[in-house]
Amino acid sequence: MYPLTPALRLGFRRSYLNWALALTVPDLQSVRQQTCSDYLLSIPLCLVFLFIRAYSRKFVAKIITNMSIKRKPKLAVWKFASCDGCQLSLLDCEDELLAVVDKIEIAYFPEATRAVAKGPYDISLVEGSVTTQHDAERIQKIRKISKILITIGACATAGGIQALRNFKDVKEYISLVYAKPQYIETLDKSTSIASHVRVDFELRGCPINKRQLLEIVSAYLNERKPNTPSHSVCIECKRRGSVCVMVSQGISCLGPVTHAGCNAICPSFCRGCYGCYGPKETPNTSSLSGKFSNSGLNNDSIMRMFRTFNACAEPFRKESEAHEIQEAGSKKSETRI
Amino acid sequence: MNIAILECDHLQILLDVLRKRGYQVIGPTLGEGAIVYSDLNSTANLPIGWTDEQDGGTYRLKKRNDKALFGYTVGPHSWKKYLLPSELRLWKIKRNGVSFQIVTENEATRKFAFVGVRSCDIHAISVQDKVFMNGQYIDQHYTSQRKDTFIVAVNCGKAGGTCFCVSMNTGPKATFGFDLAMTEIIEGKNHYFLVETGTELGAEIFREIPHKQANEKEKCAADDILRKTAEQMGRSMDTSNIKDLFYRNHEHPRWNNVAERCLTCANCTMVCPTCFCTTVEDVTDLMSEHAERWRKLDSCFTMDFSYIHGGSVRASTKSRYRHWITHKLATWIDQFGTSGCVGCGRCITWCPVAIDITEEVHAIRESETVIGKQKTIVKEDIHANTGTLSGRTSFFKRP
Repeated sequence: MYPLTPALRLGFRRSYLNWALALTVPDLQSVRQQTCSDYLLSIPLCLVFLFIRAYSRKFVAKIITNMSIKRKPKLAVWKFASCDGCQLSLLDCEDELLAVVDKIEIAYFPEATRAVAKGPYDISLVEGSVTTQHDAERIQKIRKISKILITIGACATAGGIQALRNFKDVKEYISLVYAKPQYIETLDKSTSIASHVRVDFELRGCPINKRQLLEIVSAYLNERKPNTPSHSVCIECKRRGSVCVMVSQGISCLGPVTHAGCNAICPSFCRGCYGCYGPKETPNTSSLSGKFSNSGLNNDSIMRMFRTFNACAEPFRKESEAHEIQEAGSKKSETRI
Repeated sequence: MNIAILECDHLQILLDVLRKRGYQVIGPTLGEGAIVYSDLNSTANLPIGWTDEQDGGTYRLKKRNDKALFGYTVGPHSWKKYLLPSELRLWKIKRNGVSFQIVTENEATRKFAFVGVRSCDIHAISVQDKVFMNGQYIDQHYTSQRKDTFIVAVNCGKAGGTCFCVSMNTGPKATFGFDLAMTEIIEGKNHYFLVETGTELGAEIFREIPHKQANEKEKCAADDILRKTAEQMGRSMDTSNIKDLFYRNHEHPRWNNVAERCLTCANCTMVCPTCFCTTVEDVTDLMSEHAERWRKLDSCFTMDFSYIHGGSVRASTKSRYRHWITHKLATWIDQFGTSGCVGCGRCITWCPVAIDITEEVHAIRESETVIGKQKTIVKEDIHANTGTLSGRTSFFKRP
């Protein structure tokens, strides 16, 4: 047995000590015989061991962090009732796609690849709205296997264009559209993902903007807040130097009540905003409707302006319904006359 | 001050001289159904024979009966487009192992020559100069752009429907802050500019252009035009004791009235030539190798603007509009020693729902004078209903 050296008291493993002694002092027996010199020798050894241990710890820590970095976050892309346009925005990241797959494992994305990696997933991008009982159950399962759930597009965040059914009786539609309506199983309403499960982030747009999608991914990877402001389209419009189409040409534009994100593309082509990104923070839809009304739009036109891709987003739904009721009221009064 | 006559045909020579001296000449041009500021290499690109008709929430281009080069007022753009760009990269960094390295950019600052700057806009530029160049914190980008800017002012021969520079004492004649100032005069077949030189550089450049001395008759003609313009103002604002007016009326039923109409779309702040608020955004690349910091034009009408931990300080539309107008017309005076409003009327024209700053001031002032008694009762009611918010007035007052 080795004598109990200060090195051992410091808790070094014997094998380390043995190895180090063998390296530094070839004749172990002579060391054992001279206890005093053993102690003296152990001081520089102690320093050597401390160095080795500190270095090896740092090295191990580096390996561990490298391993955790190397384990790419798993991304899944899920489809519900939608047109696939938002998923295509991800595929549309042509120049950046290699960088994306370098940092993220695309684990489930049937639109792009048949290869499927098992969950749970770090990020789930959900496209589309819930329109069937099967989907209502599926989204619960997806939530359970997803660390972060991000909805992409107007369907997932507000019910989409298919939420127009919410204003009518869906059975009437089915009987009109399908030859054999009995085969169709659908819910009465098209609803957003957030009305079923907890959503961590909603990315707006119909379709979403590729630049914003990359911003979300980049923000996630760099652990920072994504820059997706919820102010009006007008701010983006003015920043790019476009002239207000509503003021200069009298074109009806939803920009003042619509969420930014598209970089005001329509006004830059002399078209009014269609509200693809849904309502902005604190939208004053009734004041804007008043402006439309003053410039000659009737209630039906105003109702139709608010009733598009984000028809069931709360502020837009309320505004369109306000004009629908008025329309019905005015029609009734007309028929009475 | 030297006053001379420049024939209309010789204006092109001025542009050429400026370009030869390395200036990027910017001026009014036709674009997107309005008169906007962009590169101006030829006088042919000026909106010759065009004018604008402006009112609350409307702007229309109209043909004039003559070939006037500057026969219109201010459009949707202001000169802050160049001096305070809406999006500007402040710096970028590159990962360097565990540390990072700032990537220096040798961005050559452009020398701008602004042609057709109206008096209200000269005042607006001087207001921004105070903010960015004369205070405790100097904005490097603004200062570097501004110090080389050459300004060719144009005195307004016509007032717009939303103009009120006379009320704000900022026009229609440019009195300072220009290198050259021109008044366009059209008398039958004679089409010329009466030119004043404001700086030594202006005089030096002007000497390179053929001109002649102005006689009394021509000077009178210019004065006449400016007098007529001053009489045409589409709007007016009573600015007497305006600071105290707003401090007194921090609680007023009118704010609720505006809030019903205001879209919080931020158009007013974006078109305002003095509004200077910006936000800062950090962007990173996917590989985590590069990061950039961008400065973007911001507005006090957004929720993010007043966001502190827990939420926005000014969540209601009422509080946001009140903050904007109070800053513009009252706290600005305490902060920078001038009014933040120069009477250009852009916020009135470009507000989609035609909210009129002059009308709001008028309404508040009127409520004090005409129904003073009634107002006090209303005020008391508000305090009773909302809990005492009157103490907040002091919050707005700056030392």
